[in-house]
Amino acid sequence: MAHAALTTSGAPNRAGRLGKKQTWLERLRKGDEVVHLITLAGAWSILVITALLVQHLWVYSRLARHAFGWHFLFTSTWDPVNGQFGAWPFVYGTVVTSVLALIIAIPIGLGSAIFLAELAPRKISNALTFLIELLAAVPSVIYGLVGIFLMIPFLTAAMPYIQKVLGWLPIFSGTFYGVSYFTASVVLAIMVIPFIVSISREVLLAVPVSQREAMMALGATKWDVTWRAVVPYARQGIMGSIFLALARALGETMAVTMVIGNVPQVSTSLLAPGYTIAAVIANEFTEATGDLYLHALIELGLVLFAVTMIINALARLLMLTMKAHEVTG
Amino acid sequence: MKTLMKPFDLSQLSKAHEVRFAEVEGAEEQLPWPQFTVADLNFFYGHHQALKDINLIVPNKRVTAFIGPSGCGKTTLLRTFNRMNEIIPGTRVEGSIRLGDKDLFSFPATTLRRVVGMVFQKPSPFPKSIFDNVAYGLRLDNTLRRNEIADKVEQSLRRAALWEEVKDILHQSANGISGGQQQRLCIARALAVDPEVLLLDEPCSALDPISTAKIEDLLFEIKNQCTIVIVTHNMLQAARVADYVGFFLTGQLVEFNRAKQIFQNPERQETQDYITGRFG
Repeated sequence: MAHAALTTSGAPNRAGRLGKKQTWLERLRKGDEVVHLITLAGAWSILVITALLVQHLWVYSRLARHAFGWHFLFTSTWDPVNGQFGAWPFVYGTVVTSVLALIIAIPIGLGSAIFLAELAPRKISNALTFLIELLAAVPSVIYGLVGIFLMIPFLTAAMPYIQKVLGWLPIFSGTFYGVSYFTASVVLAIMVIPFIVSISREVLLAVPVSQREAMMALGATKWDVTWRAVVPYARQGIMGSIFLALARALGETMAVTMVIGNVPQVSTSLLAPGYTIAAVIANEFTEATGDLYLHALIELGLVLFAVTMIINALARLLMLTMKAHEVTG
Repeated sequence: MKTLMKPFDLSQLSKAHEVRFAEVEGAEEQLPWPQFTVADLNFFYGHHQALKDINLIVPNKRVTAFIGPSGCGKTTLLRTFNRMNEIIPGTRVEGSIRLGDKDLFSFPATTLRRVVGMVFQKPSPFPKSIFDNVAYGLRLDNTLRRNEIADKVEQSLRRAALWEEVKDILHQSANGISGGQQQRLCIARALAVDPEVLLLDEPCSALDPISTAKIEDLLFEIKNQCTIVIVTHNMLQAARVADYVGFFLTGQLVEFNRAKQIFQNPERQETQDYITGRFG
């Protein structure tokens, strides 16, 4: 408005228009203010929804919180009949399956992303990426069925050989019955790989040509360029894809509950059956008789929320320290 | 990429040599050794021919500038000298280029690019520390010890006239320094591996006049150590830094001669028109 006033020279009210402050309504008539309000409302609504979610979880878990206090987190007994509730087997199962899923998924996902972005001809890359993105849209119950009808027979057949080599490790000890932390992790890994591949591929493709050419002009091989220029440049985006995969793995319910065995126990062996937070909530919510039982399940939801936050924060912290190390080292 | 190779025809080249250096033969300056000898070079992007029958000799330990309007092929020729065009799918090269007395295409591309360094139009530091940027090429080698790398980094930064400005912030991110400093850092990075030739693709087009002057000064400093080929849109820059100038138009080399000759008394009308700003 000030600019317009300046260009209409000789207007009688020129000085006045320049000097007067615009009212809120005047600013609202310009698009800027409207866009500002709309986007602000969008941003706030996310905060409000999150706050309401936590508040509800907090209020409706009060009986369990009062009954067990902090012991809830570290108690392994889950006995609805006698009113004893402890979250530890579920927290353990959630963290173990998610972390193991990422350990399996990151090398495969990142490898595929590098292949699709750097090595494959563009047409093949686009076709494969389309398929991979389709995989991300497959309902999780389908993955659960794949787990039951494909993974479990396969793993059962393969397990004697795996145990022959790795059986001395505590995590591969014991008898394998099919349903286990390990099976759930493999199914989870298959589910999160599409996220890692499709996002990592995008960020790898977005690395400027100038970075690749600068590296190549120093006499770098194709592999040097990929590993020492492209991947470090895209590191933040790749980390983002891993966070997303992690969040998906932590919260996954259906596929996990179909293959993990649903036994509330803590066991060192990955071949033993277990349980996760999301799975127990889904399985027992409808049959939760009594307020304490219900409140204990809701408190589990609160714990899942906290676990997700803590793991994400740790991952981000890891990234920050890596970055600091990068610059000083 | 399949390269069509003709046998090296000496008589033909010496003919080109006579034509291009007619002015030089009688001059007081001794004829330099050829660094690049280009014979009948054609270059294609798919069906589009970007370079047509280029014959020229780039002299050793001199500054050679390529000038011409956009799309005239000067950058394409520059990128042929370290075979950077090979990474673009669908490109094809015909004819021969010799580096010294060896066939340019007989080297592995990675080896060639350590001998023929390149600096690009846009400063392209890696998102690493200043030290690591310069050490990058050295570390690809894997034979140098830590203290040798540190020495080499300092030496390269000094050659690129950047040492005094960055010696206290060597371990800070290279993205934090100015564009002009970044471009000199890229020159230092290229110089660190002791290239025989330094190719510069419009190195100053994104820089302010003071940074440009610094880079021109440093080109003077290093030209007795390595051959410099620079592509520039800035006629004054070509006049200031170049010993030899090639003028390109629509993929053809119109005129190649000593800089003085090109700017004071060009043989061809097109060159005259271009340097006086009548087109381009």
